[in-house]
Amino acid sequence: MTAVEDRTGAPSPEIGKARKRKEDARLITGRTTWTDNMVLPGMLHLAVVRSPVAHARITNVDVTAAADAPGVVAVFTGADLAEEQGSLPCAWPVTPDMVNPGHPSIAVDRVNHVGEAVAVIVARSKAAAQDAVELVDVDYDGLPVVLDMEEAVEGGADLVHDHLESNTSYHFVFDAGEMGTGSDTEQAFADADVVVSRRLIQQRLIPAFMEPRSVVVQPQGDNYTMWSATQIPHILRVMAAMVTGIPEHKLRVVAPDVGGGFGGKLQVNPEEILCLLIARRLGKPVKWTETRSESLMTAHHGRDQIQYVDIAADREGNVKGLRVRLLADMGAYLRLITPGVPALGAFMYPGIYKFPAYRFECDGVFTNKVPTDAYRGAGRPEATFAIERIMDELAVELGMDPMELRRKNWINADEFPFTTVAGLAYDSGDYETATQQALELLGYDELRAEQQRRRESGDRVQLGIGISTFTEMCGLAPSRVLGSLSFGAGGWEHAAIRMLPTGKVEVVTGSTPHGQGHETAWSQLVADSLGVPFEDIEVLHGDTAISSRGLDTYGSRSLVVGGSAVVKAADKVIAKARKIAAHLLEASEDDLEFSGGRFSVRGTPGAGLGIQEIALAIFAAHDYPEGVEPSIDAEATFDPENFSFPHGTHLCAMEVDTETGFVKIRKYACVDDVGTIVNPLIVEGQVHGGLAQGIAQALYEEAVYDADGNLTTGTFVDYLVPSAADLPHFDTGNTVHTAPGNPIGAKGVGEAGCIASTPAVVNAALDAVRHLGVTDIRMPLTPERVWRAIHAGGDGGDRATAGSNAYGGAQTETTAGGGARSSVSNASSLGGDR
Amino acid sequence: MTRISVRVDGASYQDDVEPRTLLVHYLREQLGKVGTVVGCDTSNCGACTVHLDGEAVKSCTVLAVQADGAEVTTIEGVARGGELHPVQKAFHEMHGLQCGFCTPGMIMASIDLLQDNPDPSEDEVREGIEGNLCRCTGYQNIVRAVQQAAGELRGDGSGPPANGHGAPAEVDTAAAPHVVGQS
Repeated sequence: MTAVEDRTGAPSPEIGKARKRKEDARLITGRTTWTDNMVLPGMLHLAVVRSPVAHARITNVDVTAAADAPGVVAVFTGADLAEEQGSLPCAWPVTPDMVNPGHPSIAVDRVNHVGEAVAVIVARSKAAAQDAVELVDVDYDGLPVVLDMEEAVEGGADLVHDHLESNTSYHFVFDAGEMGTGSDTEQAFADADVVVSRRLIQQRLIPAFMEPRSVVVQPQGDNYTMWSATQIPHILRVMAAMVTGIPEHKLRVVAPDVGGGFGGKLQVNPEEILCLLIARRLGKPVKWTETRSESLMTAHHGRDQIQYVDIAADREGNVKGLRVRLLADMGAYLRLITPGVPALGAFMYPGIYKFPAYRFECDGVFTNKVPTDAYRGAGRPEATFAIERIMDELAVELGMDPMELRRKNWINADEFPFTTVAGLAYDSGDYETATQQALELLGYDELRAEQQRRRESGDRVQLGIGISTFTEMCGLAPSRVLGSLSFGAGGWEHAAIRMLPTGKVEVVTGSTPHGQGHETAWSQLVADSLGVPFEDIEVLHGDTAISSRGLDTYGSRSLVVGGSAVVKAADKVIAKARKIAAHLLEASEDDLEFSGGRFSVRGTPGAGLGIQEIALAIFAAHDYPEGVEPSIDAEATFDPENFSFPHGTHLCAMEVDTETGFVKIRKYACVDDVGTIVNPLIVEGQVHGGLAQGIAQALYEEAVYDADGNLTTGTFVDYLVPSAADLPHFDTGNTVHTAPGNPIGAKGVGEAGCIASTPAVVNAALDAVRHLGVTDIRMPLTPERVWRAIHAGGDGGDRATAGSNAYGGAQTETTAGGGARSSVSNASSLGGDR
Repeated sequence: MTRISVRVDGASYQDDVEPRTLLVHYLREQLGKVGTVVGCDTSNCGACTVHLDGEAVKSCTVLAVQADGAEVTTIEGVARGGELHPVQKAFHEMHGLQCGFCTPGMIMASIDLLQDNPDPSEDEVREGIEGNLCRCTGYQNIVRAVQQAAGELRGDGSGPPANGHGAPAEVDTAAAPHVVGQS
């Protein structure tokens, strides 16, 4: 340390500081750039005519009246666009023989789900376009509707796509014995003392981002600019170019302020393609913004799996094997990563436990519903739910404490890195410490005592405690691994740093935020790396003309992969600046030290040059060394070597009113290890938001279709996104075991809360009423279901899948077909019980 | 078409509107007040919340003609003299927002809540804002923000809140408020 540096004092590190967000300035004052805010001269407005039936041939479309309506400029049908629309892309063929029926943006001669586009109105105002929707007359010739996955995979079932042989898109298998990562699963089960089997339902969910999707396309000659409320401007650009034939270099995609995504905006949407096609036809700027009802009905859904889970163990509680068979609802088509979501989950079912044997099978099944795709966690919440639920069931079977069973089987802190039976190399962690802290946060012993008291006194309100100890694979992803999984792209991320003449810094990231706070966190990273003030840094993103390379934001990858690219780019800036500094200071590069944004010469107090001064010097470029370019700007692409593995222990204390079925979270505590914490404020916020969505799956949310394939939860009246009054206070904490696989040491936090919380909540409810004979309750745990499970047995039953009126409780043949269902799998006695 | 006169964020407007035009569409499409957003079509989400004569309303459930002669304050009109409203400031300080789409409505609803109840408990805040949905935050930091703002609004003893019933908005010609750099 030189005297100069001692006097000025190095600024305290930004990493770890609870910086308030830069993004907030525009968001709290209404100075935002949502796509729907955009108005362009001559802009026309689109409204989409959508199918009211789930499965039918289109025999006629009459647009005459609509075309004549006031303000209407044009009306397009599927037939009009058939030749140029191509097929929406599916980037993840999980098996070589996966069947992809193709996905038109607008239906041409048949519709396969309610809400599918059949015509598009183009009008001078949004209201005029909307008014004309009702004037389009479409004749439908109805076809049998396929909704139930277990029926859909039986021989002779009605077909969603009658040109295909079956409703099965693919059969994906991971067998640890065959892969050499474990022993033979069948043998493990044959040798086991105890086998517990369950049929678990992952209900269909809707991402329900707050900002409805919106697209604006502006044609300029043969160039096009698309603004879209998307998570993935870079991927969208490539895909839209491939689908429409517009050359990639003629298409610019911009994601301005984007109001949440949660995977729901990780998509190439039919409407994005339609806007491009129609802007190309008309040579005019066009805008489409969906209504909430359209969004719930037609934006992709998430989850929707039936899980048949078998676990094998010895009497002492040592797990011996895990067998999972999934039916995963694809919906009517394969969208961007529809088939990959359950396949990604395949690697997470063993959780944090040391299983010697594991086999996973999944059928992707077509139904006449809107396609499923990524929703926060994407495959990992489903897996975590299954393993954490079945561990509780095994504990009950063995008469063991559920935490003791977990402890006996989880990977110990001294065993990292640990290669699991699924072949993943878990990087770091300490499950015991996180668990201890979580137990203290919850006040576990006290609540257990209260539970005992309530049980003994036969209190009408019973108390339960639920456990979920989880890990997840994040930091998607090593490109070579994605290649081995047949994913259509890599998992790298790109960043660039521009040193401006005044010493200010522009950081360009290929990771596109929509609420995560990249502008703040990336500024913190660069402030520490370059030693420049936080305020001197601007983060640019979301515009393919500014951020030329990127793979965008999903899978808890932004900080781990995108942030690492930023740090690598900063390293290159420093390396380039070092040469300039050595030249200007007339010193050897080897004698330079870089600290606090300043190069100083070792052994020469007072001699130094700030990196911001170097930026000006190299802008002038009057004096720089031979053989180097006059620039210290740099870019970097980071491709991770491994996934990162956040983990944590989540505990939920739940009160269940046994007379009304009402459930109330008494206390929720969790301790997560997400590696290095760059900004504790943002990390805590991500955990809170994830918890809210995971708890909402357990207690509130479910996309319900009636027997005709109508979504009966098509508004926020029926699809229960929780309000502040529906959620508890969360007690959160962290342990920190840095990720060895990236220079920041971060593991990813975006999905953790959502992945871990759901089984904790359900396990808690079951723990409260298990002594009353309840062994399962179907999510979401509505009072009706909980009451039924307590008083009528079974798992609380379907909410309203059958009958063509929602909530009617119409006990039609389909709903009552529990016997038929359980014959499909003898893995569970709970199948479809009412 | 019907002619209406309305003051929005301190400026007076006379406009012809279709009788069916919703207040939120009038604000966004005719006045360019795009700080107020539309999040649903069933009045569940509250993203479009504004103040009509000082009371919070969901502007998707008010016709523009119903605002005739009224004073409307939007998220764009609550900061004064380059100073953020205490509720805006508290949302920033407590990290009460992530994507920020619900935030305008959430702030407007919270200001209204604090006018009615200057010292709400956690449960009272949660119930007070249950008409506004947020998908990002899990609400905990929003609750903290509202309680912090409540403390600030009570604590200084300098009269009614800046946007109370008795203080209609004036056009703010000061520089737009900034939070960047505040730590």
